[in-house]
Amino acid sequence: MLQLPRWRVIMVIVVTVLSAITAAPNLVPPNARDQIPSFFRHTLNLGLDLQGGSYLLFEIDTSGLQRGQLDSLRQQIGSALREAQILRSAPSVAAAAVTTKLNNPADLPRAMTALRPIARNPDGGDDLVVIASQPDGTITAYYTPTALQQAARRAADQSIKVIRNRIDPNGTSEVSIVRQGDDRIVVQAPGVSNPEDLKQKIGKTALMTFNLVPNNVADAQYLPPGVIAVAPYPGVGERPDIVQAHPEFTGEHLRKAQVGTDPQTGQIVIRFDLDDVGGRLFCRISREHTGDRFAILLDNQVLTAPTIETPICDGSGQISGHFDAQSASDLVLMLNAGALPAPLTVIEQRTVDATLGRDAIEAGSKATLVASVAVVMFMALAYGLFGVMAILALIVNMALIIGAMSIGGAALTLPGIAGLVLTIGMAVDANVLIYERMREEQRHGRSVTMSIDAGFNRAMVTIIDSHLTQLFAGFILFSFGEGPVKGFAWTLCIGCFTSVITAFFITQTLVALWFRAVRPKQLPI
Amino acid sequence: MAWPLIKLLPKKTSFRFVRFAFFAAFLSAVAVAGSFVSMFTGGFRDNPVAVFQQAQGDWLARLGSVVGRGFNLGIDFRGGTLMEITAPQAIDGGAVRRALNALHFGDVEVQGTSGAQPDHLFHTMVQFQTPGNNPNAVIALVQQRIQGVVPGVQFSHVEAVSGKVSEELFRNGLIALGLAILLMLIYIAFRFEFQFGLGAVFALFHDTILTLGLFSLLRIEFTLTIIAALLTIIGYSMNDTVVVFDRLRENLKKYKRMSLGDVIDLSTNETLSRTMMTSLTALLSAIALWLFGGETLRGFAVAMTFGIVVGTYSSIYVAAPAILLWHSRRGRGPNQETAPAAQGAS
Repeated sequence: MLQLPRWRVIMVIVVTVLSAITAAPNLVPPNARDQIPSFFRHTLNLGLDLQGGSYLLFEIDTSGLQRGQLDSLRQQIGSALREAQILRSAPSVAAAAVTTKLNNPADLPRAMTALRPIARNPDGGDDLVVIASQPDGTITAYYTPTALQQAARRAADQSIKVIRNRIDPNGTSEVSIVRQGDDRIVVQAPGVSNPEDLKQKIGKTALMTFNLVPNNVADAQYLPPGVIAVAPYPGVGERPDIVQAHPEFTGEHLRKAQVGTDPQTGQIVIRFDLDDVGGRLFCRISREHTGDRFAILLDNQVLTAPTIETPICDGSGQISGHFDAQSASDLVLMLNAGALPAPLTVIEQRTVDATLGRDAIEAGSKATLVASVAVVMFMALAYGLFGVMAILALIVNMALIIGAMSIGGAALTLPGIAGLVLTIGMAVDANVLIYERMREEQRHGRSVTMSIDAGFNRAMVTIIDSHLTQLFAGFILFSFGEGPVKGFAWTLCIGCFTSVITAFFITQTLVALWFRAVRPKQLPI
Repeated sequence: MAWPLIKLLPKKTSFRFVRFAFFAAFLSAVAVAGSFVSMFTGGFRDNPVAVFQQAQGDWLARLGSVVGRGFNLGIDFRGGTLMEITAPQAIDGGAVRRALNALHFGDVEVQGTSGAQPDHLFHTMVQFQTPGNNPNAVIALVQQRIQGVVPGVQFSHVEAVSGKVSEELFRNGLIALGLAILLMLIYIAFRFEFQFGLGAVFALFHDTILTLGLFSLLRIEFTLTIIAALLTIIGYSMNDTVVVFDRLRENLKKYKRMSLGDVIDLSTNETLSRTMMTSLTALLSAIALWLFGGETLRGFAVAMTFGIVVGTYSSIYVAAPAILLWHSRRGRGPNQETAPAAQGAS
């Protein structure tokens, strides 16, 4: 190793420059960062506990979801048996299963055939419903755990869309909304230190409503009773409007909405299908109010308020407006996923305001500084010149960690800062191992070259062994921890990697350079 | 002037660690037993049998509540609400407490700092339990009540964890600890010999239990970050142990006829200065964190500082001597070979 191959020197320069480039933008004051080319502009992404903000964990009320599912299963079984003309008792729901009893047990094979399509998974794969029969003609049907899990997950994914529409309709804020597990949703809102407003917006089960627009009220200042002024739905709604407070019918009657084009004008329109009840209601209303305007509201905000041109009695309708493809599909999304599929409850909330975050950063920076100075002094005093080399490696190491975190986008949290401080103390371990090995080899009478060589080569195995165990602990922490603790695990793991890299590239090269220049007769440690 | 100072350290030490292993084992056993007693008696404060009998549920749940009382569990693991409130004038803690008691909340704790902090604000920590343990539903109500008694109040930090989540966090924490120890055992058994793995795991249990005992005894708040500290201690202690084991393996090959006890002594001595140096730098960091890292990280820093000390002790006195208990391939008898120093110099 004392020959110092060129690739090693190049590697050292590359690692050092890379760490400097990636870490440096963090030193630029925030208001001047715009001037850095965007390619280099990555800076540390502060966790909610440092920059202030809210963490909310929602859980979907799966019991409500299940009740709805079982009810629809009950209906399906009822109608399937009715169509097959099999006499049976009315299906009932009990203990998370639907039960019915055939009047004549001899009908069982026929009944099972008739019920078969219900059990089948529309996407292929295993059955979603288990249908079991007993010789006395009792049929029991229940959803498989997989089906329930899928339903919860689907509900969660749908809820995420709805939540995003409610709190971040323009997609401009930094709110992150992700599913956790099957039935949970994590909402992280940086900078929001009072999330009550947010919780209210998310928690309510919004309803889509169809309201008539009174044609004789124009002034929002003087509203007659039973009439309300409504704002446009953020981003998609056209303009504020005035509507009847009492809706004609609600979104529960909407079966499906989709984007289409008007065959005559070629304009983009939205088509919707209503269920039987909704179709009859719509038919009556549209006949009575032809020529009037009719508003579709979501969360009491106007999506659109078109004019009813002809009575619509086929249970479907078309909304024409000035849509483009994007706004039309957004609207369809909202119509289809307008209301939350199931109630959401907050089960965990963590909020930190920005001042507290700033205090934490200040304390963390102070601890980092003190630890750095203490370790640097200790190493310089204890190992002299070699200590200084270890310090140089430590500096590159820190820059690498900060650079990796800036580019990787992982959040730096308060425990993460603690991880950084600890890494300062533990990173020199690799160097200590190498130096102690050198000292030992020298004591055993080896020459300077041999001592240095053995120091690096033999310590290598130990360093990898010992750092791997720390990496294991870090990985476990990463997979089990949440929020700030994940940030800690992240810094710890990165620190483990960079410590080994810097000890082997930076220190080894520095020692080799020193050896070439000085040709010492004895190691200075 | 002796610089670098490392030259002051004796180049070669020959402490007879193994000779004191029995004494150390006794000491460790007492400390571990003490830690357990502390965990089961709420830091020597209550009678575990009475707590067990009064607790609800099956025996496992009852045992859980006994151990739960052994620690000052934070809301992460107990569920409940924690609020840090600030106001420009002194906060009347009694009024806040009365406001919360009026809502029939349990375990109300109000703890104010004396005088204004550097930010010219008065800080008070409020903790309470909500009946039914879904504290998230009532945050707005509580904030409204506190606003009623503390003019100009700001809520700078609010955490509310429902019983369901806290149970999960607790379970996940235990699983993480168990998994970490298991993984270490597997790794060491894979890289070394199985007996080494047992020695290492012995040391890990020792460190974890002593740290838990310290938290139980001093009633330091046990939060999610403490689990992070415990896992880091496990990683650190393992790191220390592996270095000794690495040398032990090397020396076992080198000195084939030396007794196991002597090889252990030799290896521990050879790695002693490294062990000390690394522990010192790690300690410097942990203490810096303790003194300057702020209130939130204090528990973490205490755990780390203690863990580093115990981890260093255990890699010298628990992990390596523990191998003596299982490793029977070599005799434990007196030296069958010349002193190692002479060997090295040859």
